[in-house]
Amino acid sequence: MTQGVPLREIKVPVTRIEGHGLITVELNRAGKVSQARFHVTEGRGFERFCRGRTLWEMPALTARICGICPVSHLLCSAKAGDAILAVRPPRAADKLRRLMNLGQYVQSHALSFFHLSSPDLLLGWDSDPKTRNVFGLAAADPQLALNGIRLRAYGQEIISSLGERRVHPAWAVPGGVRAPLTAEARDRLAAKLPEAMRIAQDALALYEKSVPGWAEEVRSFGDFPSLFMSLVGEDGAWEHHGGRIRFVDADRAIVADGLDPARYPEYIGEAVEGWSYLKFPYFQEAGYPDGLYRVGPLARLNCCDRIGTPLADEALARFRATADGKAVTSSFHYHYARLIEIVAALERIGLYLEDPEILSPRVRAEAGVNEQEGVGVHEAPRGTLFHHYWVNEDGVLERVNLIVSTGHNNLAMNRTVTQIAHHYLDGQKITEGLLNRLEGGIRAYDPCLSCSVHAAGQMPLRVVLLGPDGEILDEVVRAA
Amino acid sequence: MINLRIDDVPAQAEPGQTILDAARAAGVRIPTLCHLEALCPVGACRLCLVEIRNWNGKLVPACATPAQEGLDVVANSDRLTSLRRTILELLFAERNHICAFCVSNGHCELQDLATELGMDHVTFPYRFPALALDASHAKFGIDHNRCVLCGRCVRACAEVEGAFTWGFAGRGVHTLVEADLGDRWGRSVTCTGCGKCVQACPTGALFEKGKITAEQEKRPALLAEITERRPRA
Repeated sequence: MTQGVPLREIKVPVTRIEGHGLITVELNRAGKVSQARFHVTEGRGFERFCRGRTLWEMPALTARICGICPVSHLLCSAKAGDAILAVRPPRAADKLRRLMNLGQYVQSHALSFFHLSSPDLLLGWDSDPKTRNVFGLAAADPQLALNGIRLRAYGQEIISSLGERRVHPAWAVPGGVRAPLTAEARDRLAAKLPEAMRIAQDALALYEKSVPGWAEEVRSFGDFPSLFMSLVGEDGAWEHHGGRIRFVDADRAIVADGLDPARYPEYIGEAVEGWSYLKFPYFQEAGYPDGLYRVGPLARLNCCDRIGTPLADEALARFRATADGKAVTSSFHYHYARLIEIVAALERIGLYLEDPEILSPRVRAEAGVNEQEGVGVHEAPRGTLFHHYWVNEDGVLERVNLIVSTGHNNLAMNRTVTQIAHHYLDGQKITEGLLNRLEGGIRAYDPCLSCSVHAAGQMPLRVVLLGPDGEILDEVVRAA
Repeated sequence: MINLRIDDVPAQAEPGQTILDAARAAGVRIPTLCHLEALCPVGACRLCLVEIRNWNGKLVPACATPAQEGLDVVANSDRLTSLRRTILELLFAERNHICAFCVSNGHCELQDLATELGMDHVTFPYRFPALALDASHAKFGIDHNRCVLCGRCVRACAEVEGAFTWGFAGRGVHTLVEADLGDRWGRSVTCTGCGKCVQACPTGALFEKGKITAEQEKRPALLAEITERRPRA
């Protein structure tokens, strides 16, 4: 620092999310918030070290990006592989992939709500941090904690019944899947479905009953108009493994529809900032950073016309009623959307388990390399996931681009922490409740930072030191 | 008939048989990697090292040392386990053996040996060489990252198939198994596409294209099944 007034900076390490992050809040001379940022502080390098590997290794290789979302990468990678083989997987394979993804929704959403977020929601933002965790929750409400564990276990069991293991199953392949469900596994899963559904509906009812008590958080945890992006089915219904891309605005008016997911570079741009390893995707038509959009459960429920199953559609109607039919714009309600999606996932799981085709042995289309470029797109629990591969004529990867859900939400998460800091930080008194609300604002997105920073490398780094009046005190630029 | 002792167990061998043959007949386990029934022994990996008590504790490869009358062989001891583990560590450190997404995960002789010998760490610095993967063949691929240079593919191709496609190129750690004097496998004019090399390979270095992680199971016994069915000269 060369001159001027030293800035005050509050650093908040973020916990109870997947990965490592940091929030900084910068104060001006008067002690008011000038800006807040959410930094992703780890770098990985997956896009680089996938190069030189074969297409068939990619599902298992990219699944290693994460221990929470391996299924999402596995399925998305297999879809990119389908595109390169230029095949359509057999119908049974498509249904089985969807079944596994729905299992992933159940386990991942249950983890987010019950294990990570419900301590804040149910024990209170200002409660003792020593007990504001899953153990404190277990002491305060043992049945709820147990329900969370059982619901998550059900999702895990769907995954392990198909892929032989809960984490990193090597099951989806370019062209389809390795094996169908067995009749025994189907019967076992069907028998356990009613209990899972009861837990999910109870949690949804609990949320709806409690939400009036969180009115201030709903208003301040990233409540701002923005675009939302997700896949929707050909008929506009909620979709998670196919369909086309739709953008809606805060009025739930369709901004763009029927976009080909494979042509995402035509409508999604990626910006880079020197203070985070995580890139900043934006909707190109609106420019950077105005093209801020959100993805994930909240976006999927805002984008779709309907979900397509009765219980979930009833819940969707209640969800929409909170915003008079417009888009639900508070990121706090990611929690709400997540709980509705658990119900939606369980309803669809029930339909698949009744479908005899999921036992079909015809699950894998065999083919060689017929295209040298392929895009897989898929709705992971956290949002839209893109895997884009370029291969040589032998199927060896030459280039990889991954855009993961947490990345799409990067701009929105920064906006959210700024809003929370403005709302809850007054003067120079930093309360535990404020710190936890900052973290909680991030946690609402259920970000997965391990996934999001799959790519690292020599990024040009620009460090700017700003004084209270916005004048540049010092600036360092390091070239790539 | 030759009489010898292996780990204090009386063992017998026909003339021309090796210490390894005698040990297997007597039910004594000696780990091997480059050795494969039906192929000539080369003693390349040294994992089958045994100690000969009445040769002043000299270390010899069991696969390539003829059984001799009166030999007192130590096949398993702390010293031998330590040596074998060190050899394994060197193999792992030399190239990029990443089991997690390897086609042969769960069906790999190198991985099995690491488990058997209790190799839970690699104490040598990894070399992380940047080696290529050749997937130009219509049916098969070769990933040099996973190759341990045992030469089983080279011998299977030469001795059983008679095609002589594979050979070694380079020296020391820079050695690579190459087809047709360094051409891409898919352009090889000698390769018959029989796949015996793939079945002989103990790791995921040679694999069938289209197989995903843990899907590649090998049939190394195939080579002996073929040669046993051949009429003897």
